[in-house]
Amino acid sequence: MKTVYILWLRQMIRFKRSGLRMVMSIVQPLVYFLTLGYGFNALFQQAGKGSYIQFIVPGVVAQTILFTSIFWGINIMWDKQFGFLKETLVAPVSRIKVMLGGSLGGATIAVIQGLMLFVIALLFGFHPYSWAMLGMTFLAMILLAIAMVSFSSGVGAVVNDMQGFMAMTNFLVIPLFFLSSALFPLDNVPVLMKVIASCNPLTYAVDAMRGSLVNQSHFGLPTDFAVMGATAVLLIWFSVYRFNRIEA
Amino acid sequence: METIISVKSVTKKYKDVTAVDNISFDVYRGEIFGFLGPNGAGKSTTIKMLTTLQHPTEGALFLAGNNVSTAQDAARKTFGIVFQDPSLDDELTANENMQLHAALYNLDKKLAKERTAELLKLVELWDRKDSRVKTFSGGMKRRLEIARGLLHHPKILFLDEPTLGLDAQTRNLLWNYIQKLNEQEEMTIFFTTHYLGEAEAIADRIAIIDHGKLVAMGNIEELKKQTEADSLETAYLALTGKGVRDESLGTGDARKDIYRRIIANRR
Repeated sequence: MKTVYILWLRQMIRFKRSGLRMVMSIVQPLVYFLTLGYGFNALFQQAGKGSYIQFIVPGVVAQTILFTSIFWGINIMWDKQFGFLKETLVAPVSRIKVMLGGSLGGATIAVIQGLMLFVIALLFGFHPYSWAMLGMTFLAMILLAIAMVSFSSGVGAVVNDMQGFMAMTNFLVIPLFFLSSALFPLDNVPVLMKVIASCNPLTYAVDAMRGSLVNQSHFGLPTDFAVMGATAVLLIWFSVYRFNRIEA
Repeated sequence: METIISVKSVTKKYKDVTAVDNISFDVYRGEIFGFLGPNGAGKSTTIKMLTTLQHPTEGALFLAGNNVSTAQDAARKTFGIVFQDPSLDDELTANENMQLHAALYNLDKKLAKERTAELLKLVELWDRKDSRVKTFSGGMKRRLEIARGLLHHPKILFLDEPTLGLDAQTRNLLWNYIQKLNEQEEMTIFFTTHYLGEAEAIADRIAIIDHGKLVAMGNIEELKKQTEADSLETAYLALTGKGVRDESLGTGDARKDIYRRIIANRR
């Protein structure tokens, strides 16, 4: 546990010292929240769907977490390129702990940024339907962050081409975000879109957050958490497997 | 004499390239052992296998009796290493890098603090302990890496080209300190270098590797006698030839070009 803690702490210290970068990654979701939120609010209400601002907050919180965590692998690649990873690989600690320490660090950062956006949304008038359900929202945020950070670290562990990694991740993140329920309800979309969105783990994270924050859930919380939990376990396993294959 | 490093018929292949070709040697406890060879000869690959970063294709390696492939953690506890490329966290301070290392090696907090102070004073970085590593010069970073590699009092210290790019003063300080450790703590030192003068001055025994094979091993007198040379350098050139090598493996950074030029200038 000491190993996992110290490697997590390392990420926290680095995050604290990263200055502006710490808040930069919430700018994009914030722009989505403000422009789409206020832009579509009237339209959404006319369609009888209630407040779009209420609807979109879970989506942009998930977006914040997704963007930070899916690029996390860059940190692993950086450590590999500039050597620090070797220090941990020759130490008498298991690769699993090395992977977990870093990943939990990345997940914590992603969740903190998600919470920042949530607080800003509160200042703009967002109100959860039940404060008691906030724990569920938090759990969904953690599961999403852990799943995506693990995926990204797993890829970063064995890939050496940083530009390739960035290109691949960019290629992945946009469809992942837009083909989820982050920005629109899944009730009346074309079937194909619904099918794709139903295969997207982000959909379930957003759905769990939306269910617990504004009481609008498409799949229901038990399904959401089951899918998210399974995804997280699978991706952690993937990452551990890939970390065990690192040769420096 | 007690054997502390043992390499038994080790081969390492990458696809169709054989980086290390059936080498065997022993290093004894308390020795300063120089491992020399031209670029791409298999030095770094051997160190990587000894330090559990890579697995041998065939054969086995032992550190203080622990097989590095099957008893990894036990083997890892026995050594400290200063890598050829820096492996510090630049965003952390010198002290934080030390504390992180202490935690990875499960050292007691109080002990870690005492040793950190002692080591950082020794490498003359104590007054910079709370500065971030990214503000350090190359020599300071190298000194910090050495201090860090010693923090858990390893039985064996691996040094992969430890003096590369350092000025004469720092090189001198470093070797003096390493010799002191070797004498006082009976620490075994396994190092590579391209500065043959350094190897001649400090090593008890030397192994020369070329094209993945051991071409010579012994103390300096033996190597000179074997090649009828008057210095280690002429012996080395007699054994490995004068042709400049292409780096077929390894990390391939710009530094390799510098080595090439260093060797070229020495002719």
